[in-house]
Amino acid sequence: MKVKRDSIQGWLFLAPALILLVAYLVYPCLSTLKMSFYGGQGFSPKRFVGFANYARLLGGGDSLFLNLKWPPSGALINNILWILFFAGGTVVIGLAIAVLADGLRLEKIFKSLIFLPMIISATAASVIFRFLYSPDPHIGLLNAFISSISPGKKPIPWLGSTDIVNIALIGAGIWIWTGLSMTVLSAAYKSLDREILEAAKVDGASSWTCFWRISLPMLEDQIVFVAITMIINSLKLVDLVLVMTGGGPMGSSRTIGFSFYWEVFNNNLVGYGSAIAMILLILLIPFMVFQVRRIKAQESYQ
Amino acid sequence: MSLEVSSYQQGSDHQVASSRRSASSRRAWGRALRTIIMLTLALIWFIPAFGLFITSLRPQSDIATSGWWRIFAVPRFTFENYSIVLGSHNFSTNFLNSFIITIPSTILPIALGALAAYALACMNFRGRNFVFFSVIAILVLPLQTTWVPVLRMQSRFHMTGSWISIWLAHTAYGLPFAIFLLRTFFAELPKELLEAARIDGHSEFSIFCKIVIPLSVPAIASLGIFQFVWVWNDLMNALVLLQNPKKFPLTVALQGLLGQYGSEWNLLASGAFVSMSIPLVVFFLLQRYFVRGLTAGAVKG
Repeated sequence: MKVKRDSIQGWLFLAPALILLVAYLVYPCLSTLKMSFYGGQGFSPKRFVGFANYARLLGGGDSLFLNLKWPPSGALINNILWILFFAGGTVVIGLAIAVLADGLRLEKIFKSLIFLPMIISATAASVIFRFLYSPDPHIGLLNAFISSISPGKKPIPWLGSTDIVNIALIGAGIWIWTGLSMTVLSAAYKSLDREILEAAKVDGASSWTCFWRISLPMLEDQIVFVAITMIINSLKLVDLVLVMTGGGPMGSSRTIGFSFYWEVFNNNLVGYGSAIAMILLILLIPFMVFQVRRIKAQESYQ
Repeated sequence: MSLEVSSYQQGSDHQVASSRRSASSRRAWGRALRTIIMLTLALIWFIPAFGLFITSLRPQSDIATSGWWRIFAVPRFTFENYSIVLGSHNFSTNFLNSFIITIPSTILPIALGALAAYALACMNFRGRNFVFFSVIAILVLPLQTTWVPVLRMQSRFHMTGSWISIWLAHTAYGLPFAIFLLRTFFAELPKELLEAARIDGHSEFSIFCKIVIPLSVPAIASLGIFQFVWVWNDLMNALVLLQNPKKFPLTVALQGLLGQYGSEWNLLASGAFVSMSIPLVVFFLLQRYFVRGLTAGAVKG
């Protein structure tokens, strides 16, 4: 009897949240899955096309999404660049700061400065970086700096060249997100067993050896966690690309998350865009499984 | 491991003393080197934002003719850019809109999330684990998979362009993280306390209001600050779901300014700092809570 009453009460407490989660996340996601099999313009595509949207996206029919000719390019390839350099960069720099700043007198100030970009909007960060990257010699510090060391050199169009634009965007991404990686890894580093590190140092191990042989292996879980968080962020990313380049020049800086936005809200191809959203979801499912497993492991540990 | 540690501590005093001396001088050098590297990194992180800030305070004619790094040669400052952006560009309206959007979008997910988290952490019934792990999975769900159907739903219920449409969307999108964070916190509260209250005849709702919520103020503060800053900084949901330019928040206004006047840096710079002002204030006053909320579940978004 008690269990039954508990059960009704439990679901009553859950009800408002569950209704919103189903209405805004679960049901829309299923509805988008259905739309991904339809084609044509307009907000309620009516023409059933089967897997045609997916075939076009993944078969190389849309060179801005996936161009299979050598060298490969497109949003999917750009996302691989993001995963390598953005996730890699934030983890490496965040870890370096966590270790290098540890115990310094100015540690708090250093870390606050590097964390600061995390609290501003991607829109504001985009303004900051469009300013920094500007080819105008009175505006863009980077180009002014380059021309001051090698006068006469043409300004580099950081956001205007199909070769550099992705790296320039990733640089802005690293500037924004390193604060998070640093915070998580610094907390983990500080909680390492100091006795082991001290003992190794007394025994003559250099700091370098201590880091590679002791600290790094002990931080593995947190490093994986941060890397996966960053991969998830880069897959979902829209705002930074939209505000900094609008996906250009010539579609060369699109990411998967951005391609969805562009096809649906700029080109009015809702079915086609829905297929992109589903590809994005499928790519994220392994990380979903990872998160659920991680939390499950923490639960059983408690 | 403890065995190894104790063996390190042995050895002649002499040896230990000399190795300590060289180790401490090595450490001092290491410290200096680490400080230099960190100073360089901190400067690299600081300069881009600092440059834009200086620019926001310079007269337009100076911005067009000399770089901000020349400010020490030409030190002229003005608040004119801020008054233009807040006045003729309606940023003051957008500023107000940001508050109107953000405040309910912070309170609602915390209230509904706390109720759900209480059920998941403190009550015993079938299906609660399934719900909890579904919430964790939904945390990773990309919002791209939801926007179009949500837009259609808004038009079916005649909510398009209303405040309530964006409040509900932000509430729903904020809930998974709120539930996750609060459930973790509630689960660590002492079970005996809740049991004692139940035996005393308190209803679940009164235990929730009178015991669990007051004990969870730090967690709620972290979540609240995090959700506030997240909604304040949101561009995409406002751009996609709030189909009404009169209600656009600062982020959308700033993006519009960038599209329209891509090279009027005096306006862009001051507009950007207007939009950053509130998160910066929140950060400097409540940094500790914010960092805690963010690191508790770095998977949101």
